[in-house]
Amino acid sequence: MPEPPPPAQPSPPQNPHEAVAPTGSGGAADLAMTEAETLEGGGRTAAGNVHNKPRSLWSDAWRELRRNPVFIISAALILFLVVISLWPQLIVSTNPLHCELAKSQAGREPGHPFGFDTQGCDVYARTVYGARASVTVGICATLGVALLGSLVGGLAGFFGGWADALLSRAADIFFGIPVILGGLVFLSVVTSSTVWPVVGFIVLLGWPQIARIARGAVITAKQHDYVQAARALGASNGRMLLRHVAPNAVAPVIVVATIALGTYIALEATLSFLGVGLRPPTVSWGIDISNAAAQIRNAPHMLLWPAGALSLTVLAFIMLGDAVRDALDPKLR
Amino acid sequence: MRGVTQARPQAAGRARRFACAAAVALAATGCGGGGNGGGGGDGTGILSSSWGDPQNPLEPANTNEVQGGKVLDMIFRGLKRYDPETGEAKNMLAEKIESDDSQNFTVTVKKGWKFSNGEPVTAKSFVDAWNYGAHLDNAQKNAYFFEYIEGYDEVHPEEGDPSAKTLSGLKVTGGQTFTVKLNQKFSTWPETLGYNAFAPLPKAFFDDHDAWVKKPVGNGPYQVESYQKGSVMKLRKWEDYKGPDKARNGGVDLKVYTDNNAAYTDLLSGNLDLADDIPAAQLKNVESDLGDRYINEPAGIIQTLAFPFYDKGWGEGKEKLRQGISRAIDREKITEQIYHGTRTPASDWTSPVLGEKGGYQAGICGEFCDYDPKAAKKLIDEAGGLPGGRMTLTSNVDTGSHRVWLDAACNSINNALGKDKACTVNPVGTFADYRNQIGDERMTGPFRAGWQMDYPLIQNFLQPLYYTNASSNDGKWSNKEFDKLVDEANAERDTEKAVRKFQDAEKVLAEQMPAIPLWYQNGSAGFSERLTDVKLNPFSVPVYDQIKVG
Amino acid sequence: MGRYVIRRLLQMIPVFIGSTFLIFIMVYALGDPVAALFGDRAPDPATAARIRAELYLDQPLWKQYLHYMGQIFRGDFGTAFNGQPVLDLMVTAFPITIRLTLIAVVIEMIIGIVLGVVSGLRRGRSVDTTLLFLTLIVISVPTFVTGYLLQFLFGVKWGIVRPSVSTDATFGELLLPGVVLALVSLAYVTRLTRTSIVENVRGDYVRTARAKGLPRRRVIVRHLLRNSLIPVVTFIGTDIGALMGGAIVTERIFNIHGVGFQLYQGILRNNAPTVVGFVTVLVIVFLLANLIVDLLYAVLDPRIRYA
Repeated sequence: MPEPPPPAQPSPPQNPHEAVAPTGSGGAADLAMTEAETLEGGGRTAAGNVHNKPRSLWSDAWRELRRNPVFIISAALILFLVVISLWPQLIVSTNPLHCELAKSQAGREPGHPFGFDTQGCDVYARTVYGARASVTVGICATLGVALLGSLVGGLAGFFGGWADALLSRAADIFFGIPVILGGLVFLSVVTSSTVWPVVGFIVLLGWPQIARIARGAVITAKQHDYVQAARALGASNGRMLLRHVAPNAVAPVIVVATIALGTYIALEATLSFLGVGLRPPTVSWGIDISNAAAQIRNAPHMLLWPAGALSLTVLAFIMLGDAVRDALDPKLR
Repeated sequence: MRGVTQARPQAAGRARRFACAAAVALAATGCGGGGNGGGGGDGTGILSSSWGDPQNPLEPANTNEVQGGKVLDMIFRGLKRYDPETGEAKNMLAEKIESDDSQNFTVTVKKGWKFSNGEPVTAKSFVDAWNYGAHLDNAQKNAYFFEYIEGYDEVHPEEGDPSAKTLSGLKVTGGQTFTVKLNQKFSTWPETLGYNAFAPLPKAFFDDHDAWVKKPVGNGPYQVESYQKGSVMKLRKWEDYKGPDKARNGGVDLKVYTDNNAAYTDLLSGNLDLADDIPAAQLKNVESDLGDRYINEPAGIIQTLAFPFYDKGWGEGKEKLRQGISRAIDREKITEQIYHGTRTPASDWTSPVLGEKGGYQAGICGEFCDYDPKAAKKLIDEAGGLPGGRMTLTSNVDTGSHRVWLDAACNSINNALGKDKACTVNPVGTFADYRNQIGDERMTGPFRAGWQMDYPLIQNFLQPLYYTNASSNDGKWSNKEFDKLVDEANAERDTEKAVRKFQDAEKVLAEQMPAIPLWYQNGSAGFSERLTDVKLNPFSVPVYDQIKVG
Repeated sequence: MGRYVIRRLLQMIPVFIGSTFLIFIMVYALGDPVAALFGDRAPDPATAARIRAELYLDQPLWKQYLHYMGQIFRGDFGTAFNGQPVLDLMVTAFPITIRLTLIAVVIEMIIGIVLGVVSGLRRGRSVDTTLLFLTLIVISVPTFVTGYLLQFLFGVKWGIVRPSVSTDATFGELLLPGVVLALVSLAYVTRLTRTSIVENVRGDYVRTARAKGLPRRRVIVRHLLRNSLIPVVTFIGTDIGALMGGAIVTERIFNIHGVGFQLYQGILRNNAPTVVGFVTVLVIVFLLANLIVDLLYAVLDPRIRYA
């Protein structure tokens, strides 16, 4: 295994990024930086590459990630969530759909460590079984939104002009659709009891936000001197976007997406509440949180567990996002 | 796209039937408790009360939901008025209503009554109002209340334009008398006249309709002082009111709330005097919050599950299946655990507020309304099991807290059958969509039905719901024997005999089970320490004129 | 710059037409609103037909749309089912919601950015971790619960504020709802600021500024923060539209008769004039917010220029 590249020198050339004072003074400084970037780029390739193979920023990032304890913990948590989503019966033996009204809102008892909800269903079983729908909705919707949003926003920000006008205004129209109206129109006709219509709907209405964020980030990143330099050197658009702009624009997208993951899981509850979300008898955290919310004064335990599970999931992804972001930021190496 | 984390339903299609009652909840914050106290028991104190934005303009014949009805009940008095305690229809403006044949009536209106703008209330005030309400051009939603009056088809044809301006069955025969000819025998017709749609209207209504709608003028114990649509209506005691039920307070401020929980919180914090619908989620703690300032009284509302008779799986010949479903639902547990005593398990198709005399009889449903999971499973198995092995319970979920009891009913059925996915809830997003689906006969299993009475007569609980092609017969059930018994009951001049006929008709319902009676609904309310003598009438509306402030 | 703004304003025209049409179709797709007006009773066909004709619902979709647009250009936004002109509803609802949104945005901006800076500068320390956990709570506990609990504690238990908002909806009354509304966005703003700060704190210009001997505060505010704000500003720009239209839960809890509430009512009652009118104004607000955000880019980063 090749040695990791030598630790970054705390020298200016390593990081032309934002090197210009905010007042944007002086073309001379800009030029200098451009040169520095070019030289440094070349130097690094020569120095860090034992096998004489160009090392991309992405593979550097992966190398970085594997050594980051934050990444390892979050990955383990996510793996755990995926496993119980696939095989909930591994850790629970009661049936989440069996409910005895006599136990309505009762506290914990042997075999039912988290107590019962309003309908007298076992909260523990429902929390574990709820992972499948909620985690699927959360991850898939977030991935969809992030990919579509970054693509549209990235292109709009990078090319500007007409492309920007067209894509941004389309995003504005979609952003204008109220969630409730969209839900009632698009989802009430669907009879499928899978999570996919809900995922599709969230992506459909959610992408404009990420698109705005990505567009803003790309517009900023595009101004950097090393991008201008790459352009001056005749780099193709695709190469510039992927190698220079994207890594520097990805941080805000990651931040918003990881938080959005939690809100999408909650949004699914809103849709279910409107009668257009996941169809019964699907179990999900969103539905249970929504049912528990009204009972907060009488039975807080009903809220605690599914909301706690949701927190844990979001925590895992925020940590993952942080680790990925750090790995992509050469300054921190 | 952050959207609502969870939108609590709002009274979307608050409508005459159950949707409304359950959604009553709305009302607005208050100039309530503290500020405008006044009073001190001298009848001048002003109270604030929760309200929901009325769905229609406040014309009597156009108001078909509780919130608008609340106001009409304060500013209008009709020929009859339902006793706030017993529900009995008593003469109010009517001196007498006479008939020899249950079809031709002579109405004499009491002298000396006035509208609050000074106009006298005459026979013409009634006849003009009813003609207005019935006429198609005015598109009044309660027009059908006049359908028993002769000539209705001419002023309100099913298709095309009306061929007459007025109802031929109505004739003013003197200053204070008019005659009514019905198009069929209807012995208890006078008792329907307490309903708001039959209120008299002043000339001002016809002269300047827009101004009237902005600030309605009536003949009741209160008059409208100001009306800010969507936020507050201030009603004040009408000092010159001549009726026997003068207001015992200085007035009522009806405040529009977007949510009954907000009204309840305002009540707790002393910003509101009266919240007339306790949110379902607070029922568990309401007694500890309010003590004896919480009232919970029976109302003329029944909740049922109807069956789609146009669907082979549930219709003709499936009595056992329907009865089996009924026996699989544990009404006791649901009313106790979810409703905390604000519902009572039903054992007939009417309501206890009718009283024994009025035709309520517990137990007409017999064993078919008793929970017995074993018997239920046996009945369902004998009927060949659930159609396709599964069933759904359908309801709109934007009003009331229907979702909770639907889930509980399904769980109860599933437990009886020993399967966990046999019964599922089929939620419909909006009340409008739900009504359209019912209208298009798209139900594929039992669906939520329910009824809030228009007037406290056993007829009102049976005929509109189960008579062939009746306006609220959503399941399209049809039974010759039932229809015949209802016709006979309507023609019967002796009230006692009529009631007995209606009860015979109810026995047909028990055999056929076209709809499962679930529970009778109470009205509930909480009030501040400033108020005394707070009561709810059988329509679950507070009896405002009797409330004392101070 | 001026030409850029004009061009952007002109782009509003197609967006306006596009979004009104889209929303119009969507409300139309919700189905016939008339049946619901009759409650649980099957509507009498003759009356229903009259009401449909009055509301122009008996016409084909494209005619309904043209009729509606014609009305709008005459300044008439139609009427809600209770006979109230939609324009009246908007005139009462928008000022309230704008006040509420303003409060929420100010809160999320000030508190969010401060927390974000603190968290970013103290990366990995206990402040940072605490803020992360607070973020998690805000995300996973529904607005309904936080709103209801705060209302109960401040309004009922301690009696510090009125639990519900009166029709005047003054700034003071809207403070608590504003906090509730801002909570989730606060989480976003804090995390975005933190990340930006972490990214930029090692930037050379910061080091240069420090080396020059500038005071720490000045370095943070003038150099570090200014360069870190673009994603935050972008987010707040997108959030304004969401806050205005999506405050349904908060508005319900605190009895605020604002845009979210009216929109929700309009949607549940399938009332096209209400929904299209409100959404159209929201889209315009959203476009303006985006335009301002884009102009702010140039202020925050002078290298960004608009032709």
